[in-house]
Amino acid sequence: MAKKNRKIFRNFYIYFVLLMLFLPIFILVAFSFNESKMNVIFTGFTFDWYLNLLTNANLLEAFRNTILIALISTTVSTVIGTISAIGLKKYDFPGKSFVSKLIYIPIVIPEIVLGISLLSVFTFARLELGFWTVLLAHIAFSVPFVITSVRSTLYSIHPSIEEASEDLGASKWQTFWNVTLPLIKPGIVSGALLAFTLSLDDVVVSYFSAGPGTNTLPLYIYSNIKTGISPDVNALTSIMLIITIVVLTVTAHIQTKRIAERSA
Amino acid sequence: MKKKSEKYSLFKAVFTLPVIIYSILLILVPLAFVFFLSFMKSDNYGGYLLEFNLENYGEVLDSTYLLIFLKSILIGLATTFICLLISYPFAIFLRGKTERQRNLIMKLVMVPFLTNSLIRTYGLITLLRKNGVINSGLLATGLISEPLNLMYNNIGILIGMVYTLLPFMILPVCSAVSKVDQNLLDAAEDLGAGKISKIFRVYLPLTIQGAFNGSLMVFIPAIGFFFIADILGGGKAMIIGNLIKNQFLTARNWPLGAAFSIVLLGLTFVLVKLYRKIGGDLDELGGG
Repeated sequence: MAKKNRKIFRNFYIYFVLLMLFLPIFILVAFSFNESKMNVIFTGFTFDWYLNLLTNANLLEAFRNTILIALISTTVSTVIGTISAIGLKKYDFPGKSFVSKLIYIPIVIPEIVLGISLLSVFTFARLELGFWTVLLAHIAFSVPFVITSVRSTLYSIHPSIEEASEDLGASKWQTFWNVTLPLIKPGIVSGALLAFTLSLDDVVVSYFSAGPGTNTLPLYIYSNIKTGISPDVNALTSIMLIITIVVLTVTAHIQTKRIAERSA
Repeated sequence: MKKKSEKYSLFKAVFTLPVIIYSILLILVPLAFVFFLSFMKSDNYGGYLLEFNLENYGEVLDSTYLLIFLKSILIGLATTFICLLISYPFAIFLRGKTERQRNLIMKLVMVPFLTNSLIRTYGLITLLRKNGVINSGLLATGLISEPLNLMYNNIGILIGMVYTLLPFMILPVCSAVSKVDQNLLDAAEDLGAGKISKIFRVYLPLTIQGAFNGSLMVFIPAIGFFFIADILGGGKAMIIGNLIKNQFLTARNWPLGAAFSIVLLGLTFVLVKLYRKIGGDLDELGGG
């Protein structure tokens, strides 16, 4: 009996912590269906905020910029990160150990330091703050995460596999495309997902690298949070959440299916 | 033969140049520039004068600023400690689950990140404010007679930080705890160890790297997340993050803001050095 109670307590604890992590998000979604404009009491059910969203040009623009930046920065940093991980493993070049140390910096330093240092340099280089500087900043903090993610799978490949490919007459490019790349794909995929998540989640770096005119979701919310945010934001958050969860579930499903097929 | 070596060097260039260019342009130059700025003089109009001086660092030692540094570090430590306290039981209880369940739960821990952290902070406001969900609920059940002050104070900052950063602690701690050999725990129990001594004398020493990894990933952001202090702490509650933000965007004294950043950077490097010293792997930071 005591043992059973202990098990119940353990499960309760685990699910309670998970619930706490999700609670603010559940609340946001729940209030997207609330009639009242104030996110205080649930007064009645409505879809109005979802319709309202379509006419909120500012918010839609912020949403579009956020998604575009996330997609482009993920693509670019996945390519750079993958190439870099391979290059750092395979080749020696002057200053390599220094470069290898530099790439850890964005992972460990406070985001605010990265944010203000990019802001200073962008200003110094007279780049106009806006969409492109935010994009560049997102690439700056994403690349190292892709490199570490790819590197962890790269080191699990036995070197003889690539050697065998070259011995059998494949060129370096062919070996890269047909042998190395498929083998490190899991690392690339998880690195890309990490980059995408980091980009969607970021507030601090975007805050400094965007000029006053640029509009991304966190900046829109930050500038409106003190005066009160319309439930349009709740509606948009709910839509984004559903889309990302569907995309993730589908990718995870495809991946497990592939693994199952391969091992079958 | 010559052709091959040419091809070879093109291949090498493609794989090495991007990382060199990236790390110099987007990491080294920006940080070096901030370092340089921290020794310049502010012109009070958001620019700087090329006069080398140490005054900015002298100003960092000003008692108002030192107090904010101290408060920030205390909030960071408290956040880290609370996250550790929540994560260890979570990780130990998770050992009882099958691998499939464990993987699913670990994925669920990451899901909140798919919603922007500022939006989640906004969700927290809905929960925490005077007429928010928690207070209304507690008032309705009669557990309290007056609403609790859960935000616009240090408690609000702490709740916000723990909520936002907890997954960064849970992930490394769970991964370290799941690797602890069951035989060691059984042996400890056979030798008469109770639950508490199992935690402190078996789990903790064996998972210290995971705990340090999580602590780094919680503590460092916690002293910089100005938006959480801004929103949940109200206007008065300042942490180092707010201080730097204000110097760059409001007071427009970039050199002073740069000096604060360099001090913060120094603190970070000391912590990372410590992590390396206990055998921590940099690749494992940030879920890599």
